[in-house]
Amino acid sequence: MNTLEITKDTTPQESQPSTKISGSQAVLEALLAEGVDTVFGYPGGAIMPIYDALYDYNDRLKHILVRHEQGGIHAAQGYARTSGRVGVVFATSGPGATNLVTGLADAMIDSNPIVCVTGQVFAHLLGTDAFQETDVINITAPITKWNYQVTDACEIPTALAKAFHIARTGRPGPVLIDITKNAQLQLFDYAGYKVCNHIRSYRPKPIVRKEYIEQAAELINGAKQPFVLFGQGVILGRAEAEFRAFIEKAGIPAAATVMGLSALETDHPLHVGMLGMHGNYAPNVLTNECDVLIAIGMRFDDRVTGRLDKYAKQAKIVHLDIDPAEIDKNIKTTVPVWGDCKETLPLLTERVEPRKHTAWLERFRSLEKEEIKEVIEGELNPTTDVMTMGEVIKTLNELTGGDAVIVTDVGQHQMVACRYAKFNRSKSNVTSGGLGTMGFGLPAAIGAWYGTPDRTVVAIIGDGGIQMTIQELGTIMQFGAKVKILILNNEFLGMVRQWQQLFHDRRYSFVNITSPDFVTVAKGYGIHGRSISERNDLKQALSDMIAHDGAYLLEVKVGKENNVFPMVPQGSSVAEIRLK
Amino acid sequence: MVDMEKQEYTITLYTENSIGMIGRISTIFSRRKINIESLNTSPSEAEGIHRFTIVIEETEEVVRKLCRQIEKQVEVLKAYYNTNDEVIWQEQALYKVPTSIVTEKAPVERLLRQYGASAVVIRNDYTVFETAGHREEIDALTEALAEYNLIEFVRSARIAIIKDSAGFHKKLKEFEEAEPAEEVMENRYLNKQDKVFTM
Repeated sequence: MNTLEITKDTTPQESQPSTKISGSQAVLEALLAEGVDTVFGYPGGAIMPIYDALYDYNDRLKHILVRHEQGGIHAAQGYARTSGRVGVVFATSGPGATNLVTGLADAMIDSNPIVCVTGQVFAHLLGTDAFQETDVINITAPITKWNYQVTDACEIPTALAKAFHIARTGRPGPVLIDITKNAQLQLFDYAGYKVCNHIRSYRPKPIVRKEYIEQAAELINGAKQPFVLFGQGVILGRAEAEFRAFIEKAGIPAAATVMGLSALETDHPLHVGMLGMHGNYAPNVLTNECDVLIAIGMRFDDRVTGRLDKYAKQAKIVHLDIDPAEIDKNIKTTVPVWGDCKETLPLLTERVEPRKHTAWLERFRSLEKEEIKEVIEGELNPTTDVMTMGEVIKTLNELTGGDAVIVTDVGQHQMVACRYAKFNRSKSNVTSGGLGTMGFGLPAAIGAWYGTPDRTVVAIIGDGGIQMTIQELGTIMQFGAKVKILILNNEFLGMVRQWQQLFHDRRYSFVNITSPDFVTVAKGYGIHGRSISERNDLKQALSDMIAHDGAYLLEVKVGKENNVFPMVPQGSSVAEIRLK
Repeated sequence: MVDMEKQEYTITLYTENSIGMIGRISTIFSRRKINIESLNTSPSEAEGIHRFTIVIEETEEVVRKLCRQIEKQVEVLKAYYNTNDEVIWQEQALYKVPTSIVTEKAPVERLLRQYGASAVVIRNDYTVFETAGHREEIDALTEALAEYNLIEFVRSARIAIIKDSAGFHKKLKEFEEAEPAEEVMENRYLNKQDKVFTM
């Protein structure tokens, strides 16, 4: 049965077997109705009926068989980040479901729209410690925006409609639907799929309060040294143009969180760099000198704020966020602007007066010069024999022009990539920001490529992180994602080593990590690769990697004990950022 | 500042009546290592809507943030929090004592009268009394009865009515509209930021 005759208003009748479909088919029909084209998954006992139905949907749904469920969900996250659509994952019960946990936690803290469908044992076996039974609903409750267990096929269309609605609206997040095997097998009268757009207990968009917009505009218009912080909320709200219009009219310097980097092109004259522990010097220092701080779609993470009681105490704070729980969570707000920034930003732009804070912007630029002299120059144009991570990124920028999607793993290479990579367009920076999940990079890059297969996707990964999910090379081998894997190998778990050096008296405790011959490993998976350690080879090697039609692995051996600077030491104020 | 002092707060939630709600709600507290002193779930005045009554001892700021986190849950409609003087509240208690004690010891009868306890079951061997009141009243009676062979004792969670609440019927209607009314997303600090958000 390849096609199903489904009419929306069919009255269910026992005598019409053609209107009956299985729960599994209902799952797949729901995905099609939601416009899903790609699913990342891994089969197993309790999800076999869905995989059986999938056999007949192969022409309409692309299924990417990953090598581990964690890889599946990170791929779905990468897909969601570059495509702006909901990432979908299939996994079986028990270990299949528990392997999703890291990815769910990552997607939750980084607000990725994900729908996971897990198989579950037969309903009559629930709670009996059945084979591959685990209480996935309770395990995942704190790390999902919503989850639900289906034991009756009739609930499937509604449950999935709610799942997609919840995952993608408001502040997006992961949703998990656990479906018992009997429900997958059960035939039921299918009345068609109805997209959900209202749940009475769920208010994805706070009402925009005009009075707050006006108060915010008043503060901004009266400001001498206003400063904008922007986060992923601008990207999730698809408000990049509205954001640019706002800062350009008001003439306000703007700095990005790690998650928000690509919301504004790196070269924009008002883009003053990255915030946070390893962010740029100027935005960190001047956070404590601005008079009005305007935070847009960001959540004042501790890696951004450093010591809270010394954070922007002199400033009035305007906070634009769609999630009311973020307002006043970490930083007390002077004017809270609740709402979707796609709506609130234009209202604000209307009311702000055109300004050019030239002298103020110049302060950013002059501190930037200091950072260039002390840090950036040595990182991008090193005089050392060994290569630095920074010069690799710089050369990559030269070759891609800033048009590539940059996916990173977690650690030193991530901070260096985020600091130096150039972004020309939104949804180009895929990284594990909140959870800091090592092993995120490779699978996320696979998903990122499926989300935007026409773009160059470069996965920048450390020698530690790649070994956490290296099995996903098998996924690339089988399905052909054209991911460029750039391993920056310093033979250390570099970020931990850096901390041990700076704060633990150089007591290097288990940060020395050996690696396999990555090129040979890649070759085993049928993936072309090369390893270089000489600066002279860098440009050509990167250029070959990008030009190669297909996946490619390039290992670059970089300085072993290089540190990422500047750095706001933990427990210090942002103004105490160290250049060395 | 009064806000900074820990005190008892009664949190009242209106939620959908779905499986797993208690778990989702309770982890919001346990994740932050906050002990729930008392938790009651029951139907509410609005049909199909469940009411949670939770008591914790915390500062106003913590309680406010907790309520925002709770309201983020997809199946929670509203979260309110109130100090003890903003609610009418009760706990119920059941006491099982030997019937012989009640019939033979005059002070026991006096005690029960004093606390307004009434008999629920009277058998030859034991009698079960119930009473309702504030925590201290119940504790005092329990302590007094302990001297008279109190066999079994149980106290319920707090239930509380918010003094200046107009109930949830009207609000539920607003929630059922696709476009929410202004009041649904409330902001108790509207036009009061100068007082509330001090820098």
